[in-house]
Amino acid sequence: MHENIFKMNEKEYILPGNRSCQGCGLSLAYRYILKALRENTIVAIPPSCLCVLHGLYPTTSTIIPALNTTFASNAASAAGIVAGLNALNKTDITVLALSGDGGTYDIGIQSLSGAAERNTDFIFACYDNEGYMNTGTQRSGATPMGAITTTTPVLTKQEPKKDFLKIMEAHHIPYLATVSPAYPADLYDKFVKAKRIRGTRYIHIDTPCPPGWGYPTRDTIKIGRLAVETGLFILFEIENDRFRFTGRSKTMAERGKLLPLVNYIEKQGRFKKMSIEQLSSLQASVNSRWNECLKRAEG
Amino acid sequence: MNDVRIITGNEAAALAVKLAKPGVIAAYPITPQTSLAEKLSEYVEKGELKSEYVRVESEHSSLTVCISASTVGARVFTATSSNGLLYMHEQLHWAAGSRLPVVMCCVNRGVGAPWSIFNDQQDSFSQRDTGWIQIYCRDNQEILDTIIQAYRIAEEVYIPVMVCYDGFILSHTMMPVEIPDSGLIEEFLPPYRPHTILSPDDPKTINPVFFPTRRENSEGILCDGYMEMRYKLQAAFEKSGEVIRNASREWAEITGRDHGGLIWEYMTEDAELILTGMGSIATEATLAADALRDEGIRAGVVGIRAYRPFPKEEVAQAFKKATAIAVFEKCISYGYEGGVCSDLKAAFYGTDIKAPIHDYIAGLGGRDVKTGEIVDAARATLETVGSGDTGNKTIWLNCYKGI
Repeated sequence: MHENIFKMNEKEYILPGNRSCQGCGLSLAYRYILKALRENTIVAIPPSCLCVLHGLYPTTSTIIPALNTTFASNAASAAGIVAGLNALNKTDITVLALSGDGGTYDIGIQSLSGAAERNTDFIFACYDNEGYMNTGTQRSGATPMGAITTTTPVLTKQEPKKDFLKIMEAHHIPYLATVSPAYPADLYDKFVKAKRIRGTRYIHIDTPCPPGWGYPTRDTIKIGRLAVETGLFILFEIENDRFRFTGRSKTMAERGKLLPLVNYIEKQGRFKKMSIEQLSSLQASVNSRWNECLKRAEG
Repeated sequence: MNDVRIITGNEAAALAVKLAKPGVIAAYPITPQTSLAEKLSEYVEKGELKSEYVRVESEHSSLTVCISASTVGARVFTATSSNGLLYMHEQLHWAAGSRLPVVMCCVNRGVGAPWSIFNDQQDSFSQRDTGWIQIYCRDNQEILDTIIQAYRIAEEVYIPVMVCYDGFILSHTMMPVEIPDSGLIEEFLPPYRPHTILSPDDPKTINPVFFPTRRENSEGILCDGYMEMRYKLQAAFEKSGEVIRNASREWAEITGRDHGGLIWEYMTEDAELILTGMGSIATEATLAADALRDEGIRAGVVGIRAYRPFPKEEVAQAFKKATAIAVFEKCISYGYEGGVCSDLKAAFYGTDIKAPIHDYIAGLGGRDVKTGEIVDAARATLETVGSGDTGNKTIWLNCYKGI
């Protein structure tokens, strides 16, 4: 259960009036992440929506120490922060690398894999908005099949989304979790927990994006919930290789039945060209993954 | 009792790093840098050097780790060669733009394609405009001494320093090297004081997006735009020449070893023919100068030690009396000529130096450059004086051109 939500940190680390878009899933998630990690935290930032959210010199919308780095290097940058702090015997600071899906699945995978293999003592969180949204919605390795992007404008993306969680799981890191800003209590709890664990912790954030996904800005929470309730995005955590459902996914697994994927798809402009075949293929992969998780949770 | 050991250039570098005590070392193996990275890991694992050693998965990450660790306040070190340096390219700019005193060794090696594991200087030469100070060493003693000086220089002007030395010719060749006492290092090299510390005590967003124009902060104070930040780096470079000279002079005072500041000279006082170059090829040129003097030709050598900042005043002075100039360099700017040659000509513009300059591109991909070849080439340059053929030329030394 949510142990921490009742004593949620009241302090705000993102000031009102930042540069993120209206309805931004990242700014919601980031607000709760920083509340959970609190002020003794340093954030590593690649060029991305997060970089924009942090503001343009000489003003910033955040009150958290943050270091910008290049696109490919965010995990290495965080690893350098960790190494530097260790060298100076400052071992009580939480280091968070926060990259988008491009900075995680694509250009950032090498430095992340290296840092995870070394069990670098940091949290790497991926805010997955399923494309290069900061540069104007180009296709990434995280874009789902059937989605229109500005680099798949006519035919839609033909390939399925990369199963990045499997890749991270294969690193056998101490903690791996998924979260959604549509379920802030679950998100908050997982970051509080991650903060207490040593070694590499990977947290995947499903991050609805109104301009990139094509839905009204008021619907970010609705879209985030539908992703979970259709089973497309599953809330879980893996601690020491042990899998367990959490939050809404846990109740869905115990009592509920998944909603049909079309409920999620039909609300987003990016899927307006999705073919019936693509939809059934995506539904089939959602079902198979859900069943796989049900089995793992039993075992 | 002086501690003199017969060691390779890479071991001399490792011993220098050990003396400078960086808090963080990050490295990725590449020939011919490897034995340096290995030696440092041995020191760390044996407890002889207290450093966080991050065995990264790429050169891009090794420099990134150094950048971040330096930003939180640690002294840092990395080393690489050839394509490893090229792979760091993006981060070379990032380190300099961040004004971090990173010290790195570039163990010079030719770059692909095609592959060569052997020495030339195209790797560091091609990174000339990344905003790093570049110092080229002649021998293993100079490698050790220059690394210590590099920390002093970098931490005074907040510009990263690349200490360059020739792969195999120095990195894997054993020479006697005097190891300074660690007390002496403490005297010469004060502890690292970062200009900005990334810390929760004073939360800042470092290196965010800058506007073209200057902008006011929340207190109405007009702050730098991108261009002002670039200017400050250039201004620091303009100051750095003096800092390099001072470091060299003070080091000479306490150790008795003077490798020169931005340049060094060998028998130039009365020289009509001046040979020049960077690194070990310039050492070879001193032997050539001896041989030319045996023939009755007044030859001397100017070694370019600091390539950036380029020693324009020093070279204008040092070459003043030359009637002929022969440049020997292990790199080229394709479509033009060798970089040292171009920079010398630019430095001579507006001076009275009118001597012909021959640019010898030599020793690429490890091709041996023999003293005799340097002698013949330099003599040929001198012979053009008064011959009517006094134009500047680029000549590929000892290279079959398939006529």
